[in-house]
Amino acid sequence: MSLFEDIARILPRMMEPLSATLMIFVFTLLFSLPLGLVVAFGRMSRIKPIRWVAQVYLLVMRGTPLMLQLIFFWFGLELGGAGFSRLQTAIVAFSFNYAAYFAEIYRGGIESIPVGQHEAADVLGFSKSQTFFRIILPQVVKKILPPMGNEFMTLVKDTSLAQVIAVVEITSMAQKIQVSMVSLMPIIVAGIFYLIMNAIVSKGFSLAEKKLGYYR
Amino acid sequence: MSVLSAQNLKKSFGTTDVLRDISFEINEGEVLSIIGPSGSGKSTLLRCVTLLERIDSGRIAYSDLTMADTPEGQSKAVYSEGAVLQQIRRRFGLVFQNFNLFPHFTVMRNIIEAPVRVGKKEKKMAESEARSLLEKVGLADREKAYPCELSGGQQQRVAIARALAMQPEILFFDEPTSALDPELTGDILKVIRDLAEEHMTMVIVTHEMSFARDVSDRIIFMDGGVIVEQGDPAQVIGNPQSERTRAFLSRFHKN
Repeated sequence: MSLFEDIARILPRMMEPLSATLMIFVFTLLFSLPLGLVVAFGRMSRIKPIRWVAQVYLLVMRGTPLMLQLIFFWFGLELGGAGFSRLQTAIVAFSFNYAAYFAEIYRGGIESIPVGQHEAADVLGFSKSQTFFRIILPQVVKKILPPMGNEFMTLVKDTSLAQVIAVVEITSMAQKIQVSMVSLMPIIVAGIFYLIMNAIVSKGFSLAEKKLGYYR
Repeated sequence: MSVLSAQNLKKSFGTTDVLRDISFEINEGEVLSIIGPSGSGKSTLLRCVTLLERIDSGRIAYSDLTMADTPEGQSKAVYSEGAVLQQIRRRFGLVFQNFNLFPHFTVMRNIIEAPVRVGKKEKKMAESEARSLLEKVGLADREKAYPCELSGGQQQRVAIARALAMQPEILFFDEPTSALDPELTGDILKVIRDLAEEHMTMVIVTHEMSFARDVSDRIIFMDGGVIVEQGDPAQVIGNPQSERTRAFLSRFHKN
């Protein structure tokens, strides 16, 4: 059996798992990026109980394995009768988990902006929300691009954990095909899939960095 | 008619009394310089009258608008409601020691952002006003530049234009030349001098003694959170009455 025939047999079976992987990736970002901002604000809140809740959230989400969280959400949502599919459950768990990491990156970025920027905006009469969205946030985005790039790439690879609640994604499918074919090829193909996705993510971030490189 | 009046201002950080019973007024068109050693409370005073810090007690008013007042028999200052404070913010401008330009905006956007977003001015109008301000500070050709492309002196001149764009009744300067190389201070001082000639009301915290003497109508010497001496420049700098003022000024005369 030639190499090409092998690959021709593997690729069609990988399309559905690829879409599951991509769905987890895209929807997790969609939910966790804004949720992370909310958590970051909670963490920086002047109100002590809110700060405390945020800190507990960060500790639990970052302090326990994502795999464990996936299992917890699967049975938790099941018991609660939420009627979520496996894929949807995975997206929920990933979103809560990644929001915690994003929150800390946002916080680092927000706190790194010199206090003089807030003061200049205050003296000019900008409202709190104008100051944040027009003056602070754009500068934060530039500063947090490198750590965000890391998280995005980790997320691409972490999607493979969804198999613990029986979501058929790239890695679990590759394993399945590997067993039936008795060949390493499916695993290599899966690896190439991740590499391509992360090459795109990485390129996207370097383009964004270049685009925001017009100021220091 | 006083543009700003401050009475019996007191402010402490923890157990350190930074302002101890400060009172002063500034009239329309007047240029007032505040001098004194570091830690004397000059910058804190400026930050209190620009709402960047809150006083513990005393009274601050911008002509008819009261920012904060301490009710008879009480020890804590009560601030006016947010809408009044916002109105007060429209009356003054502040130029910082470190410029604090917005690095992600062009020079033009730095200047027009507040007039457009806060002052609800039409963009075209704000831009044409910004251009004449840039001409005034000698940066007519730099409207498209970003702050990082400018020298410190140029950045500070943009910051002055940005403050002026809100058409303040009074302009504060917090050591406007302290972060600059000595050879760059001249441009800033010239801009301030031009403004003085146009009778812009200004309060300048500075270490530039000869400049303070030339440009000011009145000088306040602060030390240890109190006003030690004040009066016309020739008197305070040329013939100080207080021993502390003399000791402070002698350090400048040496070099």
